[in-house]
Amino acid sequence: MKVLRDYVKSLFLLELMRGLGLTGRYLFKKKFTVQYPEERAPISPRFRGLHAQRRYASGEERCIACKLCEATCPALAITIEAKPREDGSRRTTRYDIDLFKCIFCGYCQESCPVDAIVETRHYEYHFENREDAIMTKEKLLAVGDKYEAQLAADIAAQARYR
Amino acid sequence: MEALMNLWEWLGENLIVIQILIKIVVIVAPLMLCVAYFTYAERKIIGYMQVRIGPNRVGPKGWLQPIADAVKLMFKEITIPTGANKLLFLIAPMLTLGPALAAWAVFPFDEGLVLSDINAGLLYLIALTSVGVYGVIIAGWASNSKYAFLGAMRSAAQIVSYEIAMGFALVGVLVAAGSLNLGEIVRAQQGDGGLFNWFWLPLFPLFLIYFISGVAETNRAPFDVAEGESEIVAGFHVEYSGMPFAVFFLGEYANMILISALTSLLFLGGWLSPFHGWPLLGPLFEWVPGFFWLFFKAAAVGFFFLWLRATFPRYRYDQIMRLGWKVFIPITIVWIAVVGLAVVFEMPWWFD
Repeated sequence: MKVLRDYVKSLFLLELMRGLGLTGRYLFKKKFTVQYPEERAPISPRFRGLHAQRRYASGEERCIACKLCEATCPALAITIEAKPREDGSRRTTRYDIDLFKCIFCGYCQESCPVDAIVETRHYEYHFENREDAIMTKEKLLAVGDKYEAQLAADIAAQARYR
Repeated sequence: MEALMNLWEWLGENLIVIQILIKIVVIVAPLMLCVAYFTYAERKIIGYMQVRIGPNRVGPKGWLQPIADAVKLMFKEITIPTGANKLLFLIAPMLTLGPALAAWAVFPFDEGLVLSDINAGLLYLIALTSVGVYGVIIAGWASNSKYAFLGAMRSAAQIVSYEIAMGFALVGVLVAAGSLNLGEIVRAQQGDGGLFNWFWLPLFPLFLIYFISGVAETNRAPFDVAEGESEIVAGFHVEYSGMPFAVFFLGEYANMILISALTSLLFLGGWLSPFHGWPLLGPLFEWVPGFFWLFFKAAAVGFFFLWLRATFPRYRYDQIMRLGWKVFIPITIVWIAVVGLAVVFEMPWWFD
């Protein structure tokens, strides 16, 4: 009996008709596409975009070359070299993030004791040469200077969860 | 106007080649435009069914998208694999597009509006739609690539199997109409019942089988094992790029339009008004030119092609073969017998 029922079902394409009905209904559903350059999806304060290095209000860079970020980076994207500055403070001489290796996990930001290395909300960037994908210290600081207001606000908003 | 008609007649007497060429252009140019906008419709409709909105960037609402695609493909490099047979490699795409266009020669667009009104029109169509598969097979062979060859073999087996079911479905139509002439077939569907006089009702199983075989014939989803992206990359046209690829693409869509138009001609009354002979609605729509009815019917059938593609996953290869040989062919044979009896005993409404 079941064989017969299945046979009739498949012969008269009943289930295929139900499938067509489903897609037919979806044809008239409201579309929720975001028209990207004109419209943007909302971004969380936790968004992990392009990296930046921050400074204190005095203009002094925050990074103290503790190398925690380098140690925690799962993709081995961070390279740090450090040496005492003339005033005796410990500073990096080299701080590179290879954005080709980086997986944007945010562990560097998590591990940083002084909130120096952070990830901004900025996600629209491109490289025209392969070497441009290495974010050097100067570039990171420049990004930090550019987005400082936003970064400070985001970090303040997230502070109670950390 | 008078002068133009005179010129036309003069052309017919002295330079008939020119006259024929003009006729061909008048058919092919709008057809190519239809193909272009069929791709646009496909992307939009499938997009809508997937709760997306499809192309909307080039021109207002994306209306220029097909033009942009065509220009892009024209400017792309044509790469020919080193191991390929150059001549066959380049002939193959033309061999798929050619028959899809040539088939329109016998296609009646309206009462008396046909390029060549031959009596064996249906036979000519069966012959030409079968030639298309050679393009696929030759492309697969000439590419000298494993995937292309696999795609070609699959496509060959599939099309040969479905050709039979399709042919039988057409036999049913010609038994019912009593003619191979496409115009005669449409006229045989005329009656006071409007759309209930068309062949889709008495030949319903054949109508479905013809359409499904048509989908298989054009290598469209869910019968697109010849392309099978997830299994054999792109099937027979992996090695193609630029314009030859575009020609394959045009051929596929021209074939789809042809099958939709033929389905509406053979089963859905061609240029006849669906309300012919009805009280009230009949006279109300009498002014609509037959060509528009044909266009709307073909568009509706074409929409089904896209709907099927948006809905169904690809058939497994052995299931395709099972469907073709064990389901479609027996049903068509039985129904041909039924139609034959109905015609012999002059069943009322359709065959009296």
